[in-house]
Amino acid sequence: MDQTWLLPLVTFLPLVGAALILVSRGDAEQVATSARYLALWTSLITFVLSLLIWVLFDPTTADFQMVETVAWIPGSSIAFSMGVDGISLFFVLLSTFLTPICVLASWDAIKTRVQEYMIAFLVLETMMVGMFVALDIFLFYIFFEAVLIPMFLIIGVWGGARRVYAAFKFFLYTLAGSVLMLIAILTIYFQSGTTDIQQLMAFGFAPEVQTWLWLAFFASFAVKVPMWPVHTWLPDAHVEAPTAGSVILAGVLLKMGGYGFLRFSIPMFPEASEMFAPLIYTLSVVAIVYTSLVALVQEDMKKLIAYSSVAHMGFVTIGMFTMTTQGVEGSIFQMLSHGIVSGALFLCVGVVYDRMHTREIAAYGGLVNNMPRYALVFMVFTMASVGLPGTSGFVGELLILVGAFQANTWLAALTATGLVLGAVYMLYLYRRVIFGALEKEQLKALLDLNRREIMVFAPLVLLVIWMGVYPSSFLDMMSVSVDNLITNYKVALGETGTALAAR
Amino acid sequence: MYTAIIFLPLLGALIAGFLGPWIKDLGAQLVTCGALLLSAVLAVVAFVEVAIGGQPRTIELASWITSGSFDASWSLRWDTLTAVMVLVVTVVSSMVHVYSIGYMSHDDSKPRFMAYLSLFTFAMLMLVSADNLVQMFFGWEGVGVASYLLIGFWYHKPSANAAAIKAFVVNRVGDFGFALGILGIYLLFDSVSLDVIFAAAPEKAGTVMSFLWMEADALTVLSILLFIGAMGKSAQLGLHTWLPDAMEGPTPVSALIHAATMVTAGVFLVARMSPMFEYAPTALAVVTVVGAATAFFAATVGTCQNDIKRVIAYSTCSQLGYMFFALGVSAYSAAIFHLMTHAFFKALLFLSAGSVIHALHDEQDMRNMGGIWRKIPFTYAMMWIGSLALAGIPFFAGYYSKDLIIEAAWASHSGVGHFAFWMGITAALLTAFYSWRLLFMTFHGKPRMDQHTLEHAHESPPSMTVPLAVLALGAVISGFVGYDVFVGTQMDAFWGASIKVLPENNTIEAAHHVALWVKILPIGVAAAGISLAYIAYILKPELPAMFVARFRPLYLFLLNKWYFDELYDWLFVKRAWQIGRWFWQGGDRAIIDGFGPDGISMVARWCAGQAGRLQTGYLYHYAFAMLIGVVALVSWYLAFGG
Repeated sequence: MDQTWLLPLVTFLPLVGAALILVSRGDAEQVATSARYLALWTSLITFVLSLLIWVLFDPTTADFQMVETVAWIPGSSIAFSMGVDGISLFFVLLSTFLTPICVLASWDAIKTRVQEYMIAFLVLETMMVGMFVALDIFLFYIFFEAVLIPMFLIIGVWGGARRVYAAFKFFLYTLAGSVLMLIAILTIYFQSGTTDIQQLMAFGFAPEVQTWLWLAFFASFAVKVPMWPVHTWLPDAHVEAPTAGSVILAGVLLKMGGYGFLRFSIPMFPEASEMFAPLIYTLSVVAIVYTSLVALVQEDMKKLIAYSSVAHMGFVTIGMFTMTTQGVEGSIFQMLSHGIVSGALFLCVGVVYDRMHTREIAAYGGLVNNMPRYALVFMVFTMASVGLPGTSGFVGELLILVGAFQANTWLAALTATGLVLGAVYMLYLYRRVIFGALEKEQLKALLDLNRREIMVFAPLVLLVIWMGVYPSSFLDMMSVSVDNLITNYKVALGETGTALAAR
Repeated sequence: MYTAIIFLPLLGALIAGFLGPWIKDLGAQLVTCGALLLSAVLAVVAFVEVAIGGQPRTIELASWITSGSFDASWSLRWDTLTAVMVLVVTVVSSMVHVYSIGYMSHDDSKPRFMAYLSLFTFAMLMLVSADNLVQMFFGWEGVGVASYLLIGFWYHKPSANAAAIKAFVVNRVGDFGFALGILGIYLLFDSVSLDVIFAAAPEKAGTVMSFLWMEADALTVLSILLFIGAMGKSAQLGLHTWLPDAMEGPTPVSALIHAATMVTAGVFLVARMSPMFEYAPTALAVVTVVGAATAFFAATVGTCQNDIKRVIAYSTCSQLGYMFFALGVSAYSAAIFHLMTHAFFKALLFLSAGSVIHALHDEQDMRNMGGIWRKIPFTYAMMWIGSLALAGIPFFAGYYSKDLIIEAAWASHSGVGHFAFWMGITAALLTAFYSWRLLFMTFHGKPRMDQHTLEHAHESPPSMTVPLAVLALGAVISGFVGYDVFVGTQMDAFWGASIKVLPENNTIEAAHHVALWVKILPIGVAAAGISLAYIAYILKPELPAMFVARFRPLYLFLLNKWYFDELYDWLFVKRAWQIGRWFWQGGDRAIIDGFGPDGISMVARWCAGQAGRLQTGYLYHYAFAMLIGVVALVSWYLAFGG
């Protein structure tokens, strides 16, 4: 436990980079160039440092590690406290991994206000990492809400034609949930007298209080995930956001809801979680079937992928509420996999959008003829999205289904329909964009992936295959923490929930 | 060596796929063919050691998915069943690889084609050598993707793209069942490893599990779920619609994937899981009925098709039906035996058809062929050998395997067994008929193609004819060479523990002792079928037209493949799009957004507008409001405050 400096360093290093970009001087062109390089290097160094967390992480204990606690607000228990366990570890890595990729993906695509754009991304990174490592519920809330601000700006300033509508819809939806969560956090504080997450996990709230607190947190997390029927902000936000914004949105922001369920709802309110599990199952299954069918009829590439995200996140919420080892590990794994795969799919859309400036599927066709490398990369991620064994998507979906089958066979059967529907809409998209004859005049001049784009995609492809072929590198890290989570959950139900068990 | 056999094709695929631009067409062809031929040679050695020598083994490679008690590792299981399958796959695949050099000589993307073929072979080998169900699923889906890529190989053709998606999606429907089966097996056995499942199956017999709405026998439910997966991959009735369309792919693909190997994966799966199916008699009955129905259905459709490849495709479908009802009556080894002989003669038929197509400049419609047997005598001879083997004419390969299946069905002495027997006999008649219809329409009669094509019809190059000869050899001798070890006297020692048959289900033993008429009848109907074709297409060529005119509804029913495609299109495809559109426009736009964010913002805007109207700016309005307020306050104070 010597490396207490590491987490704050990883969290706040991007802010240092942002400050440097802020003070850089010169003519507009110089400032833009130096902003790009500063952002890239800052995020790369942050990523390398975050790898150190993985290296130093001890997978044999469920305790929080590398904990750094500093007294913060006098007169209250609120402290500046950070730490990681097997559940949050990979979310930190996911955030630090995707940020340099986003910077690189925006290299040429963003031409106006480059300085501000890069600052927004670095600030966003700090907020995301801070949220995943926060060990104080109040600190968590600050980061959780602060993430919205740079994201709101990225959509609102650098977005597409209807960016203002999308930005406000995004903001309103998420804020509505957040208000309830703040009230819940205050209640928690007044009930328990602490804001320390570790203590709260062991506190044991009265069952009737749990119900209300669970619902308040649910309101916030369900919007983030997003669960049906509060998902409609997502397609609009994705469509209008710049490519890199979509990547972070799909890659990390959606995971905040799932992480929240795992960090707060399930360990702190176990009885309510068990009570509401059927609700979660129902909404998730509806999400899988409903949004898959909606994805089928989309004419806009980004919207299609956005709807597929809702369906895939439905798998995630099912997995974690089955409270089986496979289900929970599967849902964490699926979140990581989805973060990479859907992020990569948005990057794929970005590649052709940068060249053609349209996202309409009908405007494309036959790209395999002049963009074979692009076709290959797109195929890899399509297959990962479909959940082909050997890619990351399969491992998560399989484990979730294993968990679901143990909970309820209906649940497993309905969830598994996502396998069929997912194949339909993804292959249909791929066919319309990539296959066919190259007939449209404007498309004939398109160039294949350039070196920068290959650099963006190569790590993503390798990671997807690695996670699919040897997922143990990831699963082994989380297994002790997940087992601990489940044990505590079962104990909590066993001790206080005899009435529940009798049902 | 055992690992190399499986991974050599992958290596070939990677080299050809990624280094294609550098090593050029020839390099890619040499690398992939070399890897496959080497793999095939090693497979022979492995077959001798494992199957003949009786030394099964398991090779652990690495851990894969471990989560709690769920443990699926990468490992290779080498027993007799695997050795047989690996041998068939590598031999047929290497022949197809070599054949492709000639067949694809006019194509622009040869490295890509060779890479796909090798990738497919790797996935298929992973499937047959899997030691646990999850790894088998890896191979299972892997061959699905390779098949998708190869059917859509000519991506500029819309019909090829549609067929590719159809194949993948219909297979996914089957995989849905397979996946649920794996999950259920894990729940029941607490493991996905084959050894554990096989060891525990007897004691799990009779266990009841709740599945969806029913409380049912666990092994029956799980076996049927696995069989749904097998139906998808092996194109059994209901999930067969993708196979004929898959003929959009290049012909070598049809030979390798859609005849000899991939489509037999379902047969392999059931045979592999025989220690479980044996304890689920109801599931076996289902397998029998579906298999028999498919054999009959596909044979009827095969008699009316005009595309040379589609005729053979329906014939494949029908032969797979035979294999399945063999499995259903517990004649697993007979099914695998037929799988092997079928792989040879069906690959031979497809590649010969490819040779015809190649000779006639990509003409596939038999109505535009005819009278070319002098032009391409070698291909003609090959086609005869393939057809003789398919029809089960004595001493060709099909005779040994197919007749045994029909006899085993009779010998099972069960209702479903007899149903399968009569279906099998009818299908045998139809098989002989459509095979010779194909021969006569393609090679005999008056030439019906244009003069130019006829003049340029030519025999294929050696890279195509040599593989044909090798496969023809297999189609002739594999039957009587394999008979004793596969299903005859040495059967038990040969299969060892890889196939399990309960003593009371030993239909193969019984099949050797059936009445004489049962043994003769299949040959009789085959001869009848050939004669019928001879009469209808050589002696009296006007007969088919008369038949069509007389029984038009029946003809249309068969020509349109029992209208399965139309039904599915109306029932699933159209409905899915309709519902999707409704959810999107009605659900998301109108209801959720309408009452959600858009609705609320509209209400907020309206309220703000109303509130805005209060701010009129006239002093007397404000003064009046204040006065009302004061009055109200004072009255309230007077009434309640005192």
